[in-house]
Amino acid sequence: MKTQTDAHQENRNLPGDFVSVNPLKMSAPLGGALFFLGLDRSLPVFHGSQGCTSFALVLLGRHFKESIPLQTTAMSEVTTILGGGENIQAAILKILEKGTPDVIGLCSTGLTETKGEDIVGEIALFRKKHPEHAGIPVVAVSTPDFRGSHEDGFRDAMVRTIEELGEPSLAIVPNQVNVLAGSHLTVADLDHLREILESFGLDPIFLPDLSRSLDGIVPETFEPVSMGGTTLPEIQRMGASAQTIVLGESLRAAGEALLKKCGVPFVVVDRLMGMIAFDRFLVTLRHLSGKDYPARLKRERNRLSDAMLDAHFYVGGLRIAAGLEPDALHDMVHFLEENGAEVVVAVTTTDSPLNAHMGRERAEIGDLGLLERRAGERGARLLVTHSHGRQGAQRLGVPLFRTGFPIFDRLGAPHRLQIGYRGAMETLFRFANMVWSRDPENGPETWYPEEGRHEAETHSGNPDMEFVPVRFEGVSALNPATGRNP
Amino acid sequence: MLKDKINAVFDETACGHNQAKSLKDRKKGCTKVATPGAAAGGCAFDGAKIALQPIVDAAHLVHGPIACEGNSWDNRSALSSGSRLYRTGFTTDLNEMDVVYGGEKHLFKAIRQIRERFDPPAIFLYQTCVPAIIGDDIEAVAKAATEKFGLPVIPVNAPGFVGGKNLGNKLAGEALLDHVIGTMEPETTTPTDLNIIGEYNLSGELWQVKPLLDRLGIRVSACISGDARYREVASSHRARAAMLVCSKAMINIARKMEERYGIPWFEGSFYGISDMSASLRNIAGLLVRRGAPSDLPERTEALIASEEKEAWAAIDRFRPGLSGKRALLITGGVKSWSVVSALMEAGLVVVGTSVKKSTKEDKERIAELMGEDAHMIDTMTPREMYRMLKEAEADILMAGGRSQFVALKAKVPFLDVNQERRFAFAGYKGMVTLVSEIHRTITNPIFRSLREPAPWDPGCRVTPLV
Repeated sequence: MKTQTDAHQENRNLPGDFVSVNPLKMSAPLGGALFFLGLDRSLPVFHGSQGCTSFALVLLGRHFKESIPLQTTAMSEVTTILGGGENIQAAILKILEKGTPDVIGLCSTGLTETKGEDIVGEIALFRKKHPEHAGIPVVAVSTPDFRGSHEDGFRDAMVRTIEELGEPSLAIVPNQVNVLAGSHLTVADLDHLREILESFGLDPIFLPDLSRSLDGIVPETFEPVSMGGTTLPEIQRMGASAQTIVLGESLRAAGEALLKKCGVPFVVVDRLMGMIAFDRFLVTLRHLSGKDYPARLKRERNRLSDAMLDAHFYVGGLRIAAGLEPDALHDMVHFLEENGAEVVVAVTTTDSPLNAHMGRERAEIGDLGLLERRAGERGARLLVTHSHGRQGAQRLGVPLFRTGFPIFDRLGAPHRLQIGYRGAMETLFRFANMVWSRDPENGPETWYPEEGRHEAETHSGNPDMEFVPVRFEGVSALNPATGRNP
Repeated sequence: MLKDKINAVFDETACGHNQAKSLKDRKKGCTKVATPGAAAGGCAFDGAKIALQPIVDAAHLVHGPIACEGNSWDNRSALSSGSRLYRTGFTTDLNEMDVVYGGEKHLFKAIRQIRERFDPPAIFLYQTCVPAIIGDDIEAVAKAATEKFGLPVIPVNAPGFVGGKNLGNKLAGEALLDHVIGTMEPETTTPTDLNIIGEYNLSGELWQVKPLLDRLGIRVSACISGDARYREVASSHRARAAMLVCSKAMINIARKMEERYGIPWFEGSFYGISDMSASLRNIAGLLVRRGAPSDLPERTEALIASEEKEAWAAIDRFRPGLSGKRALLITGGVKSWSVVSALMEAGLVVVGTSVKKSTKEDKERIAELMGEDAHMIDTMTPREMYRMLKEAEADILMAGGRSQFVALKAKVPFLDVNQERRFAFAGYKGMVTLVSEIHRTITNPIFRSLREPAPWDPGCRVTPLV
């Protein structure tokens, strides 16, 4: 149990900060919903007021550009005081009236957690009262809005799902592996991983599998549940896998849960971006599978080498401010630093053992306001965060590299490949092009500005961010001996 | 006629290279004949266009098939502080019918259209090989167009096959001397009017120098041709002195302007701190002789002292990261030794430098700086360069863009110091940028990663995660 001070520290930038300015993180129930959306024919339900659901629904919709099945127990003032058990039961019955989801994922919210509702207990009551629905799996997960971020909610939903639905198996299916896929992985990342695992002769079960549910499906009929993702039988078969690969440090507890319930050993892979990390991942896969490296990967690694050479002129020495969830941030920061960029500030959302190992900087838990302030103080030339960074980027006059969740003002975010050799190549090109397209055009006053005038930057003040120049200031901004800030 | 012109520019009396030659060699001219199967340089048209295109408010019309302009336009970083017309690609795009029937009428119509649509103060008209072979007389067309439209149309007769880039530079200079310089009068003159010849303002390098001249009260009446306006070049014959920027390419302009208009000149460089200072001193000295205020040299010394101090202090900060790193320097037009001295000051060891375009004195300076073992390279094949880099005889290659991929494929840091470069390296600020860029590339961690064996290579030390 956390003390009050811990909780305070977790949610604020500094002990003296009492206001979060431009939040970086999303809520835990939203993470829970995202997890359940990666299960086939599932329906996430928030136990809270309808607003809790509606905000998450809209945000998920803006990111994925899909209709998002998400329901609510629609708590009112009166039901909150009297207890929400009846609303949970009513909601489940109503859902079952309209269709039959394979899984119902029930996430609590700040409202119902504050009241102190025991949603797991409520489900037990429902089971007793409605034995006719005993076959419908309902996974209840405690995701109070006031604790943690969406990465935490995602993990908690996964742990609870494994606890509820995982089945121990006496027989082990060789080559079958579980892949616990973190919330930072895109649809394209998951597809790529599946291909690679299969090319090593492995038969992966992804939990969850957003690549099959939020994959731009254009259905023939309307379904009020997710259309694709990890199926219930697949979850039940996970206990027979030879190995679990946990993609993301945040999911370690889920790996442990699976080990505890089904006895499947796990390995945590905390990085997949960039050459060094992916080399290690492949060596691990070879070790697990005993199969040789697929020839295709050799070509992809070669291409990445070449891309690193071509991109280093633009990415080298680039001062970057990054704000992401811990898993995504850790991977991104190391990837950027391996390519010569300097991550001058790393801001994250929630506690993680990775926070102490974010390249040369320690990650600070904070908001976009903190990110913006530090970026300004430390002369960052590029911002890496989700779409909400756009205002700060504009105020700082630096470009924004959109990654993470949510990306609501650009198309195709779920289909961006970031991991593996190929993803690293594509990401490097994006960074390099972003810098290149903003190469400042020198003017008569670039080096010796006239007295009384600001340094001549031909494009500064242009509200169109496409023309904000990126400058390298190796001379004044850093200590060249160490490459660090003076 | 073109042949006479070529012979005339080759017999350049002011050129140090030329003076050193025997009478027989002098007749052969100074451009090496390109070797079939082993040539990589540009043609005379390329050279002429490079030299004149930085006149920013003029239209530059290329008379030829699409290759000459279509494959080359907007490929250099000569910058403008005003008009962008110079970056617009104009060509007659000759077709088969033009080749059969002649392209002169086509050319004339093209000139008329440019005048109607863009109304430039002048049009430079570039001859290329195909119309030269079929006998299109661009000089006649230019003359007719000038008379008809009342707009200067300047023929630049440097078709590609007559020689290399350097010859093209010189022929462009001849075009300016014959048709442009002295055709207009300046609005005002001052006792400190200076021409800068052979500076193209690549990546804005002129602006690393001009503000210092401004501070000294020296007016650049014309830069030929970086960030130039047609009017400035046309009236540049009233300047008091001229500086020829470290290249023999436009020496004919400097010498003939001295003959015709009595403008004294010297040859200097803006690359390297000591060269920059020497150039400023020379400019001040020449101008004082020509009537500039007598305190100019004194003020120049003060400016040099403060700029040098600042630059050395900035460069010194990179010493720890650069100390002992070995650089291989293969440059074209840049006077190697002045850069060599700046690099050495930053702690680098220069393991080799090109001397292809250096004079005898330059070579002596290099030997003095680098010691008796100085590795002076006349020409270096890409294969040899690759071998040297691969065998780790250098930590960084500084060369033109064409060598970039040789270095990168050898997984060795590379810095582009030639014309297509992204950064400006002139003057005091430029030398600091150069050192900072070397530092940025040499300290990039990718080179370490790239040399690591792949998972499937023998010697891979990566262990599986457990």
